[in-house]
Amino acid sequence: MSEEPRIGVFVCHCGINIGGYVDVPKIVEYSMTLPDVVYAEPNLYTCSSDGLQKIKEAIEKHNLNRVVVASCTPRTHEPLFQGACEEAGLNKYLFEMANIRDQCSWVHMHEPEKATQKAKDLVRMAVAKARLLTPGDEPEIDIHPTGLVIGGGVSGMTAALSLMNQGFKVHLVEKADKLGGALNELGTLFPTNVKAGELLRPLIKGVEESPDIVVHLNSALKEVKGFLGNFEAEIESKEGSERFEVGTVIVATGADYLDPVGLFGYGEVHGVVTQLELEQKMKEGSLGDVKSVVMVQCAGSRIEERPYCSRICCTEAMKNASLLKEEDPDRDIYILYRDLQTYGIEYTEMEWDAKRKGVKLVKYDKARPPVVTRGERGPMVKVWASLLNEELTIEPDLVVLSAPLVPNPDNKTLSQQLKVPLNSDGFFMEAHVKLRPLDFATDGIFVCGTAHSPKEVAESISQAKGAASRAGIPMAKGRVRAAAITAVVDEDRCCGCGICIELCPYNAITKDEMGIARVTSVVCKGCGVCGASCPERAITMRHFTNEQLEAQGLAALGRVVD
Amino acid sequence: MAFEPNIVGFLCNWCSYAGADLAGVSRIQYPTNLRVIRVMCSGRVEPAVVLSILAEGADGVMITGCHIGDCHYIDGNLHAKRKYELTRRLVEKTGLKTGRLRLEWVSAAEGQRFADLVNDFTEQIRELGPSPLSGTTPDLGLLLKVRAAKAAAEGFRLRALVGKEEKTVTDGNVYGEEVTQEEWDKVMTESVETEYSRHRIHIALTEAPGSVKELSEKLGMGSQAVLEHIVALRQLGWVDVQEIRGTSPVYVTMEVPQ
Repeated sequence: MSEEPRIGVFVCHCGINIGGYVDVPKIVEYSMTLPDVVYAEPNLYTCSSDGLQKIKEAIEKHNLNRVVVASCTPRTHEPLFQGACEEAGLNKYLFEMANIRDQCSWVHMHEPEKATQKAKDLVRMAVAKARLLTPGDEPEIDIHPTGLVIGGGVSGMTAALSLMNQGFKVHLVEKADKLGGALNELGTLFPTNVKAGELLRPLIKGVEESPDIVVHLNSALKEVKGFLGNFEAEIESKEGSERFEVGTVIVATGADYLDPVGLFGYGEVHGVVTQLELEQKMKEGSLGDVKSVVMVQCAGSRIEERPYCSRICCTEAMKNASLLKEEDPDRDIYILYRDLQTYGIEYTEMEWDAKRKGVKLVKYDKARPPVVTRGERGPMVKVWASLLNEELTIEPDLVVLSAPLVPNPDNKTLSQQLKVPLNSDGFFMEAHVKLRPLDFATDGIFVCGTAHSPKEVAESISQAKGAASRAGIPMAKGRVRAAAITAVVDEDRCCGCGICIELCPYNAITKDEMGIARVTSVVCKGCGVCGASCPERAITMRHFTNEQLEAQGLAALGRVVD
Repeated sequence: MAFEPNIVGFLCNWCSYAGADLAGVSRIQYPTNLRVIRVMCSGRVEPAVVLSILAEGADGVMITGCHIGDCHYIDGNLHAKRKYELTRRLVEKTGLKTGRLRLEWVSAAEGQRFADLVNDFTEQIRELGPSPLSGTTPDLGLLLKVRAAKAAAEGFRLRALVGKEEKTVTDGNVYGEEVTQEEWDKVMTESVETEYSRHRIHIALTEAPGSVKELSEKLGMGSQAVLEHIVALRQLGWVDVQEIRGTSPVYVTMEVPQ
């Protein structure tokens, strides 16, 4: 490490994206004046194969041991440039970027001089950090080729079968005494009106008959330790507890239906039921002589207390309304709605189908919701029809509330056990809604089904297959590399206070037999909260050290420290 | 020439840095005064690093993280808030305007919000004017105060307190007793006062040995308070008696073991 830094700076024009606003030749010239910079060049596109080749050649020709690229954002292009460095034999942690496009030329398009000055400062800051960079060793992790699926509903079983078909063993944990989850309660499923039981049967059969899937009924997760590839799970049932090792975890714990007590007369007025209860009556054939039905949408959702849309209820109502009409075309069916979310091709068709059959749609305002009271022979519904601008009074035989799906009450415990986040509604939250929709930020843990958000069965199945594919990647590879941006404890300074252990969101820090903090680097995700809080300042955050941050700060103020 | 503030920003990689990138992709224009340092998490930003940058003459320091509940690291931003609060307390002690600091939450989808924030903060700093610590003739008295604040932020006591704060205030202390934010704030206020004062004394004695009376005059601190701190600092081995001048002991700093 005593080797003197020899830094190469590559300044990208990005066509006119940077070059049109920032004086690139001036930046190149300025870079050469910075300490330890031995080479600088402009590129039309540094990210082109030609540009990458130039980086590789310069590393060799000028014996560079640090590379700085001034171009776009590291969030998209750092891996590409790091790859070029590695191909030229330079450790990828000896690379640094200056963001002179997204955070400079693009946001200062009318101030080319000031933009050029800022770009110089950003390059100076990147060089200041580059001088202090050290190579990083990425630890390799062996991946245990077994998956843990939590939840034995349609999502969990689909994920388990998919993992099995990829050639992995699976532990499937279900808290109830049988597989099937919410689908056990449902009648028919939109859009095809297949009976829920018929969809479940082959799934359950496949899971139960597979020698590679071990089903744990009446069981709950007690503890999960470890990290991607090497989780150790403990489950608990009446029979006692059991431990096993798994490489990946899929959360498929589903959701609950809201019990809408106190809403729209539910629990108070006879003849007010939920969609789920209606489905059960239809399934059992116990509906009786019902001549008219009023369905109330958003019964407990899209309100302050529960702001999200439950996604399935509009289509569910259309399906049930159509079925009721098919049974008896003389039935009067009203759907009181706020906004209709029958999205996509099939569900729009279902809406039209219901309308063709004579289902009446009445729009109401959130501010003036329907009121359900006891009428003379059954429930009485008064609703302000906002499109008609008048109040309607309906006395149906049955009021059906479209109550939303709500988060599984076990989510909180599970999120703490797995150290994965919930969103503000209480559903599990993925790492990134677009870029990593099936992953948690914690490596090796994935999510699918209604544990993630309200969704219908087809979407749950797609998501379950997706999650199983994602989980299959590291297990198929057998080994993966973890990033080297991790915390390191100086054991001579550590006083064993344990604050870092409490702060670590990933359980990456433990105490050894001497009471000294130890970081399991493959588990550490590099946030640096431990290092920023260590009272003895015994923790160094690799790649984001205090010295590096301070050097960048001083460079930002125009100070160059030798 | 009009005053152009030098503002340093610490942006978390996952939300606010992405939000800043989005402002670029959307071509939303904002002032050129911000210089960004990317960190993985806003909870990484130590009060001592912020104070060090202020000591070097930054006109403003801005820290941005993910919105509460959206942290990529689950709760790093909660710790960022606690650390920021300590930085603010210490800056307040020095007399430097706390308006030079800002902590905000910006999501990856909030390009406009990020640009608005830079606009607003730059304007705020413009109104405050250049930092007394910037330029070629910084206010040396203030500089010593900011250095004392930085040293306090690097010390065991304040770091340990901030590290424990979130858990203690949320889950109670190790004895399972509830600790309210008000109770905790009282402890913080006292600790910040003590640590800051001790480092003021320590730095003053590094400059020149002195008696309690001299220190009291130099630092504008009551002599009883100075004496109490000197006693504590002697026990820590940070200062010792150099000589007795007349009837007054003169104190000097010791080599502090690292």
